[in-house]
Amino acid sequence: MLHLQNLTITLGQRLIAQVDTTVHGGEVLTIMGPSGSGKSTLLAAITGTLDPAFAQQGRIILDGQDITALPTEARRIGILFQDDLLFPHLSVGQNLAFGLPKGGNRKERHKTIETALRDVGLQGFANRDPATLSGGQKARVALMRMLLSQPKALLLDEAFSGLDADLREQIRALVFTRARVQNLPVVMVTHDPADAEAAAGPVIHIG
Amino acid sequence: MTLLAWVPRLTLAAMLLPVAAGLWGVFAPLFGFITLNGASAAPMADVLAWPGLPRAAWLSVVTGVGSTLIALGLVILILSQLHGSRALMWLRRALSPLLSVPHASAAFGLAFMIAPSGWIARAVSPWLTGWDRPPDLLILNDPAGIALTLGLAVKEMPFLLLIALAALAQTDAIRSLAVARSLGHSGAGAWLKVVLPRLYGQIRLPVYVVLAYAMTAVDMALILGPTTPSTLSVQILRWMSDPDLTLRLQGAAGAVIQLALVIAALAAWFLAEKLVGKLGLLWITSGTRSPWLPALRPLAIAAAATSAIAVLGGLASLAVWSFAARWQFPDALPEALTTRTLDRFLPQLGAPLAETALIATTTTLIALILCIGCLEAGYRKRKPLEGRVMWLVYLPLLIPQIAFLPGLQVLLISGGLTMGRWVVILSHLVFVIPYIFLSLSDPWQAWNTRHATVAHALGASPTRVLFAIRLPMLLAPILTAAAVGFAVSVGQYLPTLLAGGGRIATLTTEAVALASGGDRRAIGVYGIALTLAALLPFALALALPRILYANRRGTHP
Amino acid sequence: MKRMLTALSAALFATTAMAQPDPSNWDAVLKEANGQTVYWNAWGGSTTTNDFIAWVGDRVAEEYGVTLEHVKLTDTADAVARVLAEQQAGKNEGGAVDIIWINGANFASMKRQDLLFGPFAEQLPNWQFVDVDGKTVQTDFTVPTEGYESPWAMAQVVFMYDTADIEAPLTSMDAILEWSTAHPGRFTYPQPPDFLGATFLKQALLDLTDDAAALSQEATPETFAKVSAPLWDYLNTLTPTLWREGKAYPQTGPQQLQLINDGEIDLAISFSPGEASTAIANFQLPETVRTYVLDKGTLGNASYLAIPYNANAAAGAMVIANFILSPEAQAHGLDPLNLGYGTVLDMAKLSDDQRAAFDQIELGVATLTPAQLGTALPEPHPSWMTMLTEEWTKRYGVQ
Repeated sequence: MLHLQNLTITLGQRLIAQVDTTVHGGEVLTIMGPSGSGKSTLLAAITGTLDPAFAQQGRIILDGQDITALPTEARRIGILFQDDLLFPHLSVGQNLAFGLPKGGNRKERHKTIETALRDVGLQGFANRDPATLSGGQKARVALMRMLLSQPKALLLDEAFSGLDADLREQIRALVFTRARVQNLPVVMVTHDPADAEAAAGPVIHIG
Repeated sequence: MTLLAWVPRLTLAAMLLPVAAGLWGVFAPLFGFITLNGASAAPMADVLAWPGLPRAAWLSVVTGVGSTLIALGLVILILSQLHGSRALMWLRRALSPLLSVPHASAAFGLAFMIAPSGWIARAVSPWLTGWDRPPDLLILNDPAGIALTLGLAVKEMPFLLLIALAALAQTDAIRSLAVARSLGHSGAGAWLKVVLPRLYGQIRLPVYVVLAYAMTAVDMALILGPTTPSTLSVQILRWMSDPDLTLRLQGAAGAVIQLALVIAALAAWFLAEKLVGKLGLLWITSGTRSPWLPALRPLAIAAAATSAIAVLGGLASLAVWSFAARWQFPDALPEALTTRTLDRFLPQLGAPLAETALIATTTTLIALILCIGCLEAGYRKRKPLEGRVMWLVYLPLLIPQIAFLPGLQVLLISGGLTMGRWVVILSHLVFVIPYIFLSLSDPWQAWNTRHATVAHALGASPTRVLFAIRLPMLLAPILTAAAVGFAVSVGQYLPTLLAGGGRIATLTTEAVALASGGDRRAIGVYGIALTLAALLPFALALALPRILYANRRGTHP
Repeated sequence: MKRMLTALSAALFATTAMAQPDPSNWDAVLKEANGQTVYWNAWGGSTTTNDFIAWVGDRVAEEYGVTLEHVKLTDTADAVARVLAEQQAGKNEGGAVDIIWINGANFASMKRQDLLFGPFAEQLPNWQFVDVDGKTVQTDFTVPTEGYESPWAMAQVVFMYDTADIEAPLTSMDAILEWSTAHPGRFTYPQPPDFLGATFLKQALLDLTDDAAALSQEATPETFAKVSAPLWDYLNTLTPTLWREGKAYPQTGPQQLQLINDGEIDLAISFSPGEASTAIANFQLPETVRTYVLDKGTLGNASYLAIPYNANAAAGAMVIANFILSPEAQAHGLDPLNLGYGTVLDMAKLSDDQRAAFDQIELGVATLTPAQLGTALPEPHPSWMTMLTEEWTKRYGVQ
């Protein structure tokens, strides 16, 4: 459960965004608004990558733990952007291994990665160069990389805007299903009403 | 993190402390804080009484300002005429390696080309000119400094051109040009009116660096410059090494004058910029479409080709002399080729080559760590690079070496520090850090920081993100920056000589020392070795990422 | 504060002076030298000299365990300046310079300022072979050496000329002027204050003046004006006929070789009778070049090695100075294939075997025999060189 307790972001005197809400496990909170309305700034506050020019008040509580002051890497919040952002110098398997927490011997880690790839229909792709994948394949690898890091919440920053219509529906369904299966609270920023509709959760309009 | 926070301060100290200390060392004798037994109490008055001073100072100004004007003019001519053309792409490829050719090598090569007994005269004699012995023409070391001016211009033009091309990538030149042309302006006219004003703002500091350098260059002036008298910088070096030891204070006073000249020239240049800007604005708003401008295109191509050929031909002549047996005027080529010169000098090359590589590698590694530390510290604080920072980075490049290195030597000795390799490395850092920083900061800033956000979200610490993601992804620009730093270190003459107490023999110091002997074969061998030492790292920087990331297309777009 | 520092450095100086080796105890010197690294500061512009120094380095490493590092200078004065700077800073031991190739004004300056270690030269074991009576090896430009520097090579002025362009030697300054007037642009000399350029001025003055005796005294403004007047008259006529009309000059002696080889000039001055032969062998001069001396004789002097008072390896430096005086090293240096420098040894003091090594040497096509060289004229007092250089610079060096 992700609790955004009176989370307020200001730039100087200007109010950028303000939310006070709770997102339950398996639920998708959709934040909509025109570009420049501060949607991404809000997500940056949740991930802990807010530019110091902004001021932030309120608290972020994830599964009962106050993570407001924690650095990004300790928050255990996964994020997907519009770009897949696979690391180009690592193979598909190495990208997944980067997300997988420490532990287990090489063989076990290898097996986990193979399983994850098979789950999204990409078995045998571990040694591939990410640059050779299609858009949909990349999106699936990015999703699995994030899920392997065992996040407790999921943020989607226009995660599906880069995909064409067919693929978009398919990947969206995959992400939502996965989130529901793992009981993750999801915050989605989008400007596409179809995304909000598919999420079938609460919607906040800002800006 | 706390350690990282100190890196920017440490870097600034490494760049600026030696400069500040050296300036103190040249100013102190003027006010009697440093004295020598038997030396004049008024060294400045002695310098002012030197009959050659007006001429030497004038030479320093005309060769410096003249060569900078020519280099900048060529860059503007070439870019305005050839922007977006295939010729420019070709030129860029041809000139990039020339950038790292040390000044001494370029000067030797040029001297071999243009001397009355040089390659050009040989190529056209006697069948065209009727010369069976070299004409008694004052081409090299001419009293007006023309050879030096042209040599500096040819060497600095590629630097400015490549800087300008890099800056152009950040301006919205292509669309601006399209708009201006649709309004009826000729291609070259549109470029001058809508691109140049924006571009100049971005290359202003490098232009100042070129001006300060050209006014005070020692190695090029020793090889190409006038001798009756020489430029002020060369005269300062003479004073610093005169048998009459008390003249060293005179050298320090000369350094102060040199510094004043550079500052005055920079100020004058700055004012001239304003004036030209005003006049340019009148021209831009006058409505003229300048349809005649594209007629200058052949001139641009000729200028570009000439400067490339001058340096490349010079290097080729160095290579031929390295293998020449007897070679008398007016033979265009030696009677025979021999490895005798090589046999004679190769065994001696090993030690200076190793010294050069050791110093350059250490300097480059330290500078690279400091620069990456600075950039990473800035990134973690999310502090954008301000103009102020860029001025600080350029500062060591704007203060002439000949103005502060003599003072540095005096201070180091009085501090009881032994001259040697470490002091040379410290003095090289002053010049290597800025170039590495300038080379690395753009690609560093351009990196998509969402990669970092994603990696953090996957649980990676900032350190892990730096070493596992950012540095590997930036491998190619990091290696290029390292190659730039290496080449800068290889080319340093004065810092090596003065901070090394003459004990540190690198390829550059050996080559310039040999130049005083005039043995063209020896100069050829050392000049080529020097060039290779500066160029090979670039080849490595290009090749390594392709080898390491052979199977990662996304890393080399 | 400053006075305290001076006192402190004086104290340091006293202690380190005692710590330096005693040249009369040669066994102790050898023992201390073993394993030392000696920084020899010598002009690096001549590739043949560099080769010779490298050869010395190999030999002393084999023989005495001394490592020799050649610090290549563009000007000998660089090294002198270093030592002075170290003295200023109170660095009275562990100095950067161990041994310097030196003579003339640099020696006079260092000796006057107490910058030299010694006396040591006449205690060196090989001093027994030195030709003390026949060669000027105990005065350097009229300044008594008093054992503060050790001779290592004899030099004498010769003129190199290309027989393809000049029929007969031009054996007086007037003959040179006459020829240069008829063939403008074919003669030049290194630009003073270059050592060889200054030597040309002295050589010309010696040939032109009637009052050679005045040159052995320290120059005063009055004697200088009077005695040097014929030289300036001469140069005023000569300069417009020079290479580049005297608007540019070669910066060093060896640059003249390249000019002859390129056919730019036909006549040049040299301070080394064997230089031409060596250069011909290295393709640096045409095979038609020969040498000659002036009818009235030419200047001669010795090159010396001196050790700074604060040398870090004075023992090793003495071992090198002594080795260079050995018949082996002197014969090696005399050979034009190596260096072509005159020896400072007295052949009569050598054993037959040692002499044989000298007799075997082929002096080279362009080298004069000792008889042809004649007796060398002594160098003027160093003040003459300083004043000639200054006056020349004022008249011709800044246009």
